[in-house]
Amino acid sequence: MLSKRIIPCLDVRDGKTTKGVKFQGNIDIGDPVEMARFYYKEGADEIVFYDITASSDRRDIMIDVVRRVAEEIFIPFSVGGGIRNIEDMRNVLLAGAEKVSVNSAAVRNPEIIADGARAFGSQCIVLGMDVKKVETSRKIPSGYEIVINGGRTYMGIDALEWAKQAENMGAGEICLNSIDADGTLQGYEMALTQLISDNVNIPVIASGGAGNIDHIYDVLTKGKADAALVASIVHNGTHTIKEIKEALHVQGVKVRMRW
Amino acid sequence: MIAIIDYKAGNLSSVERALKKLGYGCMITQRREEILSCERIIFPGVGAAGKAMYDLKRLGLDEVLRYEFNVGKPILGICLGAQIIMERSRENEAECLGLIKGNVELFPQPLFSEEKDRLKIPHMGWNSVNLRKKHPVLEGIAPEDEFYFVHAYYTLPASDKYVFGTTCYGIEFASVIGHKNLIAMQFHPEKSGKAGLRLLENFCTWDGRHAE
Repeated sequence: MLSKRIIPCLDVRDGKTTKGVKFQGNIDIGDPVEMARFYYKEGADEIVFYDITASSDRRDIMIDVVRRVAEEIFIPFSVGGGIRNIEDMRNVLLAGAEKVSVNSAAVRNPEIIADGARAFGSQCIVLGMDVKKVETSRKIPSGYEIVINGGRTYMGIDALEWAKQAENMGAGEICLNSIDADGTLQGYEMALTQLISDNVNIPVIASGGAGNIDHIYDVLTKGKADAALVASIVHNGTHTIKEIKEALHVQGVKVRMRW
Repeated sequence: MIAIIDYKAGNLSSVERALKKLGYGCMITQRREEILSCERIIFPGVGAAGKAMYDLKRLGLDEVLRYEFNVGKPILGICLGAQIIMERSRENEAECLGLIKGNVELFPQPLFSEEKDRLKIPHMGWNSVNLRKKHPVLEGIAPEDEFYFVHAYYTLPASDKYVFGTTCYGIEFASVIGHKNLIAMQFHPEKSGKAGLRLLENFCTWDGRHAE
């Protein structure tokens, strides 16, 4: 049986990880390569990198990070942030990423999903979705709307419709980020995760809101997520990946326990 | 030296990086003489069977692989490379290399787990391998070890004698198959952490023989 995946997420700006991290030992907390290696050794099933570098002329720095990560860790990892076209995808994949994720670029130009899937295969193409809860309306029947710019811009697109459309266009996986839950440490947006997971036939990674292990347990069971993205909960030292996986294992969730 | 066969079927650099990490020399190549000069061959690939077979034939690599199989050189098939060593694939109804008797089938849909949850296709993520028979390449692998899979089709060998490991995903399918000097795995050892690296290392020291 397939294991549920625990996926740490690293935000990278100008080649440095940005979130405050309290690591034990002699790890350079600013170095994404060191952090990736640390989580790899701790039992992460996959790693997600978001390049939040503001200026596009510094993207080569991220490519270099990807290349160095690929030499160190032998599990899949994905790279998102600033991917605007096939050429950006190719650069990231050739540097050694297993997957590339597109978010606002796909909202603006959905064809990028189909183009990417055709060029590299669906398994490489992750659709990142930033979602906010809104009033149910004719335009947004699910009550969840796609947003971009960190939640500042509402796109008038229904999250459920968008997820289905992206699947049809060839997205291989969805990384579903609730802007409402993100950073709250109050738990994942359960209803949203279950809604999307029930209605697409591609894996869904739940993102945003993990504050304790129960939250992760809930989203992987009731929420029907295939994987849980974790950030603050592991970066700030609340729990290690190993602790999370051991607790899930004890509660009967199938997770990879040997690494 | 290990030849990683390049037939335009996906990104081969992760296999190369894993071998480098393990300290084995390798080259990504599609040149016949280079392949013939190597001691062993890794045959990876992602993508569709039809296009893969088309490209293999166009490059004359189908003949090279058959030749190398027949002379006993150790060969490792990975993912799509584990599928097109079979006789035929449902994917594009492609005629394949036929090094192992049997076919490649599409996962039936809808597919349900033992708990009656609907399973998604492709089978993507970490899953375990039930070891059916001993094989030098599987040395040191424990039942709890898991490997990274990404696939919608699976191999169905004509005989159990080709099956070294199976994996459950709605159905139980052959995830490690082999015949003589050929061993093939549906998952990606190069993306499967320590256990995957162990398999690659085992392959790198395998003489191509085992008790069948």
